[in-house]
Amino acid sequence: MRPIRMADRGQAILSVHDLAVQFPGDQYVVQALEAVSIDLQAGRVLGVVGESGCGKSVTARAILRILDHPGRIVGGRVVLDPGKPDEIDVTALARNDPRLLDIRGGRIGLIFQEPMTALSSHYTVGNQIIESVRRHSKLSTSAARDQAIKLLRDVGIPRAELRIDAYPFQLSGGLRQRVGIALALAGDPDILIADEPTTALDVTTQAQILALLRRLQRQRGLALMLITHDMGVIAEMADDVAVMYLGRIVEYAPVMELFAAPRHPYTRALLRSVPTILAAPRQRLATIGGAVPHPARRPTGCTFHPRCTEIIPGLCANEQPAPIAPGHAGASCFRVERALQEAAS
Amino acid sequence: MLIYLTRRLMIAAVTCVAISVVTFIIIRLPPGDFVDAYISQLASSGSSVTADQAAAMRHDLGLDRPGVVQYFFWIAKVAQGEFGVSMLFKRPVAEVIGDRLWLTMAVSFAALMLTWILALPIGIYSAVRQYSWGDYIATTIGFIGLAVPNFLLALILMYFGFKYLGLSVGGLFSPEYAQAPWSWARLGDFAWHLPLPACVLAFAGTAQLIRIMRANLLDEIRRPYVVTARAKGLGETRVILKYPVRAALNPFASSVAYIFPSLVSGSIIVSLVLGLPTVGPLLLQALLAQDMYLAGVIVLLLGVLTVFGTLISDLVLMWVEPRLRLQGRA
Amino acid sequence: MSVTAPPASVADLPLASSEKEDRFAQATQLQLTWWRFRRHRLAVASLFAVALFYLIAIFANFLAFSDPQATDARRSYIPPQAIHFSLSGGPAMWVPGLKGVRDMRTFKLIYTPDPSRHLPVRLFAHGYPYQLLGFIPTDVHLLGVEGAGPGDGIFLLGTDQLGRDLYSRLVVATRTSLSIGLAGVTLSLVLGVLLGGISGFYGGVPDMLIQRLIEVIRSIPTIPLWMALAAALPNTWSTTQVYFAITVIISLVGWTDLARVVRGRFLALREEDFVIAAELAGASHGRIIFRHMLPSFMSHVIAAVSLALPTMIVSETSLSFLGLGLRPPAISWGILLQDAQNVQVLANAPWLLSAAVPVILVILAFNFLGDGLRDAADPYG
Repeated sequence: MRPIRMADRGQAILSVHDLAVQFPGDQYVVQALEAVSIDLQAGRVLGVVGESGCGKSVTARAILRILDHPGRIVGGRVVLDPGKPDEIDVTALARNDPRLLDIRGGRIGLIFQEPMTALSSHYTVGNQIIESVRRHSKLSTSAARDQAIKLLRDVGIPRAELRIDAYPFQLSGGLRQRVGIALALAGDPDILIADEPTTALDVTTQAQILALLRRLQRQRGLALMLITHDMGVIAEMADDVAVMYLGRIVEYAPVMELFAAPRHPYTRALLRSVPTILAAPRQRLATIGGAVPHPARRPTGCTFHPRCTEIIPGLCANEQPAPIAPGHAGASCFRVERALQEAAS
Repeated sequence: MLIYLTRRLMIAAVTCVAISVVTFIIIRLPPGDFVDAYISQLASSGSSVTADQAAAMRHDLGLDRPGVVQYFFWIAKVAQGEFGVSMLFKRPVAEVIGDRLWLTMAVSFAALMLTWILALPIGIYSAVRQYSWGDYIATTIGFIGLAVPNFLLALILMYFGFKYLGLSVGGLFSPEYAQAPWSWARLGDFAWHLPLPACVLAFAGTAQLIRIMRANLLDEIRRPYVVTARAKGLGETRVILKYPVRAALNPFASSVAYIFPSLVSGSIIVSLVLGLPTVGPLLLQALLAQDMYLAGVIVLLLGVLTVFGTLISDLVLMWVEPRLRLQGRA
Repeated sequence: MSVTAPPASVADLPLASSEKEDRFAQATQLQLTWWRFRRHRLAVASLFAVALFYLIAIFANFLAFSDPQATDARRSYIPPQAIHFSLSGGPAMWVPGLKGVRDMRTFKLIYTPDPSRHLPVRLFAHGYPYQLLGFIPTDVHLLGVEGAGPGDGIFLLGTDQLGRDLYSRLVVATRTSLSIGLAGVTLSLVLGVLLGGISGFYGGVPDMLIQRLIEVIRSIPTIPLWMALAAALPNTWSTTQVYFAITVIISLVGWTDLARVVRGRFLALREEDFVIAAELAGASHGRIIFRHMLPSFMSHVIAAVSLALPTMIVSETSLSFLGLGLRPPAISWGILLQDAQNVQVLANAPWLLSAAVPVILVILAFNFLGDGLRDAADPYG
């Protein structure tokens, strides 16, 4: 088995290369991301999965350069339209560069986990959407209002022309998340990043929101980066999958391949811990031993080794496996590396 | 909204009643009543009153009836604008107070405006540029404002003004306008004298509000909706001013409710030090002379006006806060 | 569905709890608060400052140089005099004596410092008699002039119009001003905990009534009210009676803040699992309040108290400054500042303002202390 190229780099519209992010603190520096590389392609869905605190959300925010204080990008690049003559390295732009502000919302839309707190309760839904529409177009106020109503209809809000004047706290959770999606689409972006869009919702609403996202993504040919901790959501939505653990991508593969033949021990453990109706009755659900270590005390060697059941003595605890090369599928694991070497020889 | 409005008006009414009761108690606290004081006053000028005459006077004034009845007697008169006669000045209380009450309110209100004008931008700056030099300077000034009671500040300003500038700081009018009737020139003179006492009064409140604004804004800046605003591609200034500042304004606006009473309080004591023709010196004079009718009316009017000031600020707050405005309609 | 599961045992984890974390997990609420408090350097410094102030208050008479009540018209308005140190002939301290000069225009005898006369200053010298800690009769003071003649003395901060040593008065005033703050806060605390506790624990109608009462009290301008109440105190009352009356007056308003804190904590804690668990286990109300709830908001109350103290002290100072609070012969910072009311007097004797310094220092120290405590009161936050 040889490392496969995931996609021709020319096709990607957003390419993240060896991204590294740190949060310097008083006593220690938290390495939030390390050598993260992903590609987003038009019309495809990349699922990013991992436990809480593994750096999924940080990746999304780092792409838009809206990391919370004191987080900062310490390495790598985020390239928009790679290979094209007008490609832009987002990480190289100045903080107040107008091109950076145009990209936020105009090229890349962001959907948040908590639709209640992500919307300001001091302005109407319409006010917040129209603001974004006008920021990324030259529409007049009334035209922008019509556009906002159209967006609200698009995301399936009934009586949109009335709801536009509602305050977020007057809407139900599901409607609020639909507003969140309309808001992300207001600047007509071609890339959408959805950061756990269904985590705060109940199960039926979850399914509706996922179906909506799927429909919008197909209709508009969006590149969608879907962040979740739910393997079920991945199976349903994603074309490609990046599995993250402690700020690193440990496995990167097309979705069918990942479910059929997971390579990294962590991916396998994750898949085992998904409940399934096919399992024998009264069988205990598998769990992953141990807990995610404190971010300031990253294990030496492979970050997963303290919880890994397939550890190679003397190696995994001391050395770090190579990260997955940009634009490639594979797993960052010594076991996988050895298997590849054996196959080659 | 109607519920909130009714509730708020009820509280204001109850507060006014409570103030009037307390005032009445204060008036009655010193031993002896108005007639005793009147008799001793007459005695000092040589004339005397028989016991029958005194009893008749008491009956006329309702002083021979139980306290509760007397209270209603008194409050009915006050409601009609009859505040009684000041024993100290031997003139009607309303006449003695005259402009002073409005000057007190003018000084307090000017201080309130100044507090807002200063605290809002400084608070925002302090939060947005946390741990910058400007923030440290603002924090230090805030602590000084917190630690120096305003009458001490007035005293220190007076001392330095007298010692190094050779002028007597204080008053609300130049001598030539002090007794003059109101005119544009007098108003101008008043406006020229107003800033110093207003600054002295506003200092502590400003310091407090800067701290409140800074803390609230720091809290709000970390909220997800600010990230949403950034993700829309808005410039940082617009993000901050439209979203977190708007949210932080609410506790700021409601702080008026407790800043205003303390400003009115402070104006009394600062007026004494700076020699302002407000009700402050009058109240002290009245209290030291045990002229309780005058003192009681001053306390009552100050209290009621403060309640109204607070009420107005609360109504403004309700109007700007969608959550309160739409209560019960969601 | 959760991806992680709790570890089978703590020992399984190579990176799990160290000894330090065990200590953290087993600490009581007050211990946690204290650990967090120690990290605020300014607050710790303020704690020492506050402790120092109370030590001064306790040993006020020992630290005073001369009788704070002793008047002497000859030494009226003497400017501050430094204590000089000399090393020639062994270490020694001296202050200048006074000499009388006749003013040739008014023919009044005016006393001024005479640097040529050295009055030796001794440690633990004998001075005016007093009772140390209130029951040990003694006349030993930290410093004193040896063989003091009439009018001689140490005037570190100068004298007032009646020739009383301002430093000694200031030190003795510390006792009154700090104790009245403490007494006022104690009274407020009793009222605040009682009413706030009823409000927060029982809710319903009592809560509504108490909340309205607090709102009413807070919307009244306090100083005019205090002034009126204080002025209504009979002239015939003794210093002690006035002292207690003033304490009551300033705590009539002060309790509202404390009641709010207590009520807020009660409301938050009522929903906590450990309180519900205690209730289900059949614990009595008293036991729940004193055994389970009180310890977990002790630190909040301590913080609120330390923020309420400076307000009390300023209240007393303001009232006494106006002549409506404590009455001479009582000595408090407000009474000392009363002498500084007149600008003309102040211009000639600016040292009369020195009572402002401890007022400002104490307010600052209590506020820093209170801020530090409030931050530390949420050890898990």
